[in-house]
Amino acid sequence: MLQDALRVYRFTVRPRSATDPRSDACLADAHALGFTGIQSIAVQDLYFIEGQLTPEDQKALAERLLSDPVTQAVQIGAVADGAQAGRQVWVVETALRAGVTDPVAEQIVRAARVMHIQGVRRASTGQRFLIHCPTLDEEGLHLLAKRLLANPVTQRYELGSIEPSFPSEAEASARVDRLRICGCDDEALLALSQERRAALDLTEMRAIQRYCEAEGRDLTDIEFEMIAQTWSEHCVHKTFKARVEIENYADLPAQFKGAYPGGVVDNLMRTFLKAATDRIAAPWVRSAFVDNAGIVAFDGANEISFKVETHNHPSAIEPFGGANTGVGGVIRDVLGVSARPIAATDVLCFGPQELPFERLPEGVLHPRRIFSGVVAGVQDYGNKIGIPTVNGAVLFDEGFTSNPLVYCGCVGIAPLNLHRRTPHPGDRVVVIGGRTGRDGLRGATFSSMTMDAQTGEVSGASVQIGAPITEKGLIEVVVRARDEGLYSAITDCGAGGLSSAVGEMSSSLGAKVELSDVRLKYPGLAPWEIWLSEAQERMVLAIPPKNMARFAEICSVFDVELTDIGEFTAGGRLVVTYSGKAVLDLDNRFLHHGIPQRNLKARIPLAAGHCPGEDCCRGGYTENVDYTAGLLALLSHPNIASKAGVVRIYDHEVQGGTLIKPLTGAEDDGPSDAAVLRPLGAVGPHAIVLSNGVNPEYGKLDAYRMAASVIDEALRNAVAVGADPARISLLDNFCWGDPTRPETMGSLLEAARACYETALLFGAPFISGKDSLNNEYLAADGLRHSIPPTLVVSALGVMDDLSKAVSMDLKQAGDALYLVGRHDPRLGASHYRLAGGAQEAYDGEVPPLDASAPAVYRALHAAIQKGLVRACHDLSEGGLGVAAAEMCIGGRLGAEIELAGGEPLCALFGETNGCLLAEVRPEHEAAFEAAFEGLSFQRLGHVRGDEEFRVSMNGRGLIDLPVAALVRAWKREG
Amino acid sequence: MHKPRVLILHATGTNRDLDAAQAVELAGGQAEIRHVNQLRSERTRWEDFQMLVVPGGFSYADALGAGKLMALDLTSYFAEEVNAFVDAGKPVIGICNGFQALVKAGVLPGRSDVQATLTFNQSGHFECRWVRLLPRSETCLWTRGLTEPVDCPVAHGEGRFTLADAARLAALLAAGQVALVYAGPGGRAAEGVYPHNPNGSIGDIAGVCNPQGNVLGLMPHPEDHILPHQHPRWTRGAGGCLGLKLFQNGMKAL
Repeated sequence: MLQDALRVYRFTVRPRSATDPRSDACLADAHALGFTGIQSIAVQDLYFIEGQLTPEDQKALAERLLSDPVTQAVQIGAVADGAQAGRQVWVVETALRAGVTDPVAEQIVRAARVMHIQGVRRASTGQRFLIHCPTLDEEGLHLLAKRLLANPVTQRYELGSIEPSFPSEAEASARVDRLRICGCDDEALLALSQERRAALDLTEMRAIQRYCEAEGRDLTDIEFEMIAQTWSEHCVHKTFKARVEIENYADLPAQFKGAYPGGVVDNLMRTFLKAATDRIAAPWVRSAFVDNAGIVAFDGANEISFKVETHNHPSAIEPFGGANTGVGGVIRDVLGVSARPIAATDVLCFGPQELPFERLPEGVLHPRRIFSGVVAGVQDYGNKIGIPTVNGAVLFDEGFTSNPLVYCGCVGIAPLNLHRRTPHPGDRVVVIGGRTGRDGLRGATFSSMTMDAQTGEVSGASVQIGAPITEKGLIEVVVRARDEGLYSAITDCGAGGLSSAVGEMSSSLGAKVELSDVRLKYPGLAPWEIWLSEAQERMVLAIPPKNMARFAEICSVFDVELTDIGEFTAGGRLVVTYSGKAVLDLDNRFLHHGIPQRNLKARIPLAAGHCPGEDCCRGGYTENVDYTAGLLALLSHPNIASKAGVVRIYDHEVQGGTLIKPLTGAEDDGPSDAAVLRPLGAVGPHAIVLSNGVNPEYGKLDAYRMAASVIDEALRNAVAVGADPARISLLDNFCWGDPTRPETMGSLLEAARACYETALLFGAPFISGKDSLNNEYLAADGLRHSIPPTLVVSALGVMDDLSKAVSMDLKQAGDALYLVGRHDPRLGASHYRLAGGAQEAYDGEVPPLDASAPAVYRALHAAIQKGLVRACHDLSEGGLGVAAAEMCIGGRLGAEIELAGGEPLCALFGETNGCLLAEVRPEHEAAFEAAFEGLSFQRLGHVRGDEEFRVSMNGRGLIDLPVAALVRAWKREG
Repeated sequence: MHKPRVLILHATGTNRDLDAAQAVELAGGQAEIRHVNQLRSERTRWEDFQMLVVPGGFSYADALGAGKLMALDLTSYFAEEVNAFVDAGKPVIGICNGFQALVKAGVLPGRSDVQATLTFNQSGHFECRWVRLLPRSETCLWTRGLTEPVDCPVAHGEGRFTLADAARLAALLAAGQVALVYAGPGGRAAEGVYPHNPNGSIGDIAGVCNPQGNVLGLMPHPEDHILPHQHPRWTRGAGGCLGLKLFQNGMKAL
């Protein structure tokens, strides 16, 4: 085909009906962002096809492919802009930037071939918005476009018609630069690190210089980029492995001194996290901290793997793509231990949804937009790939305005002993999945840096949109190849791309790779870009040559592309060539073990846990409290209120195994403590339990108690639905600020120490973990904005008999209500204080963890196993009052609760660890009480049949509300 | 006795094929999942199968409309095979994305005087929740003889059954082609009320069959309610009719 005969054809698709849900939703978003003068927005789809098409081809594409003739109309060619029927209508059009993954465009090209239309060469997509707003001027329109219609990181917009862009092919490839390192002074070394955004410090740069001098040469750009990636915080966790000296050791009280012998922590990951797992030595832990995911035994025939990752920085810049690829990335982690993914989890932390624009730092997307983008990104990936999203949390705090947190988890199942993890010399280095583009360059180093107002622009290439269907193909291929024993090792391509994946796999061997064999989305990539690209949906496998033919056959059935890019060697060196010419030749020992240990300083926060200030739980008494208003305010607090709007747009039913669902009860809307799943392929009546614990409010006040509290929360959530407390494993995910600040490092140490001590207390080992540091934002005002220290603990439980599972909704009038565990509430950083907007929210203490909690959970589990518990729900945010109210909401039944004593406000809304509420049939009361002999428990009252929620103390009524009022508050219905 | 062989189609992006296979096996069939690419390259004889399932998922990522590109596969590569299957009166069921594909391929509702599609939910978003279905057709072999409402989940964003000419609903009803409708409280139809009718379908339609009654398409997932513990209120002692009943009916028709 002649180049000059190519044309770009434009197709505009609009709904036939005057009412269009998508347009309505866009209008609602615009109003929510403050563009209240807009009367209507019509959203239309744009398709651009480059090629040579006959009029018949154009018509066929328009009617058979690009539109639904029943509901949509198509216009081919240019569309008149401007005035419509005499009213001012603005037009904004958006299109993807060149090189951003566009799965729809790929399908257009493929489908045209299926339709025997040969003239289609390339395609791209966009959207057209018709905005009716008499009060909007051009400036306002730009604002609307930037805030709602287009994200500059992945999209362009125009007022009026837009021209599509296709990736440029003009740039030179095969270019390798040599970087001067030998003989450079410190200043030059740091300048090089800065210039290439390598995030390496001077000690590390000097180590690289020593290596260069020993080898007698400078480095190529690809060599330097690979070292920066391999040594990045994201990939090597240098903070968690650092030697940390405690600055204020001399001032510490005796009990702290004992916890930090000598005032030094050498490698906190080993000292506090792995050490707990080693000491617990649970026989059912099959793999902890070594693989892509932690692995535990399950039903005698299968093992379960679990991994949680964060994708914070990308989600701050491009919320949809960031969350989307966060989900995709953690799914590949599970695939990387040869497991079939069976469940997804997500914990999301955002800034306040009502934040005024004046308070928004420059260069930061509004929390509302980040929320909707992130939730849509999780939905898109999980739903399309067919993995049920079954557990999670959504939290709001101003500390997350600039740095939202996106924790994505994935659970997998695999038959025992089929995962292989040792490549052999001679095995082929095989890449499968999506093609490589310029997307996601330097993501590993980018995520290890503090962001500033320019980050979005400079690092735009660090985010990408996922292609869940491509990854679905990887699942199909890997599971079959695993069952047939076709590969000897496998890993995912995540941060750092091929550099990281091939680098890790060959770290104890060596490898030779030819980069020009890597399949590209478009030409023009330099070798270092191919090597470092974080293009999604790729896995690397080590495949013995004799299995290549069969493996290729499986790939072709599932439309998965395969590329053989080299072989594993015994040499101990990694050699990368481009068209036969060596561009990288590094010693594996230096690459993987040459990084100098980082030295950091910590300042242990002394006030933690001993906060002065008024706390009514410590003896005071609060007068004139409106308990009813307090309860309703708590129920409608964004952190506590119903998350149905999020939960329901995730498919939590696919794979048919979700037995305790995220929402439960008489009207399917009560908040479950945890999910219970029976995976497809499980043997017998075994089930798994998934839960989490998170509390950034506690983190602001006391990192130690925060960490202990969230571990306890994850465990008690799991136990509440029926998990055996002796069979629960944990995952830690730390999101913290800049660890080079001693205060930040000090709180990190304290949290890690709490992990160690709490894990031992419960006998619950950590099997995997991850950290995301530098969650700080340097705003244009010159001030640093840091997130609250936020540890998410995810729990994976096992139960032997799924029919013993318990939900949280009250079941029947007349049943007894018990509170089990030592109720020792506190109001420091409590949601009662937050909901009231009180100044003194962070006065007082964070609840401690009582040493009796493990015994309480064992007793509760025994009672559940005997069928004595009809409903169970844990006390968390909002304390006893909220827990009881939620059980009533779940069951649409009332309750009569008589508080035993103490200060009423604290007893009702103070927060505590280690406690749960249980509903017990009258005939089981004696047996239930016997199960708790020697432990703290109280019979609080009973379930009412008349839908009245009543709380009293010493005969004095505190709350009397119909359950319908609780439901309205909790659903925020006016 | 040989188990009936059931062909379960898998296009790139199909994801409820294993769920469907489990339901088919429990109903007494032999489930055989085949990727469209396998069917094209291997000489699979469609006539060796007694039943066809087009399962749920996001075939080709729902690009250009849910089920659209899988429909293109069906009409481009397998038109003869599908027509032969349908004309032979063999049971065919399309679930969710499979329903969307059968409608967009013109197999359902299967009459030239009714133009239908499945489009975006009225709510404007994907939704996952359990619904109750009222069986309404004796023409449809999949719902024939069912008297109890069937409980099962929906999980879709483009499930709103829509007619180019709303007046043609009467023709579908008269022909017994409205096989399943969404139920509201009290055992009556949902009458368009959200969330009982989760997507705004005309006539509360959850499932339609072809005029012969052997091809059923439905948005909800009967294959995800084949065991009592899958029901959302099993801990409250609630049951509801299993979606498995539909598959058992399909088997009974063989």
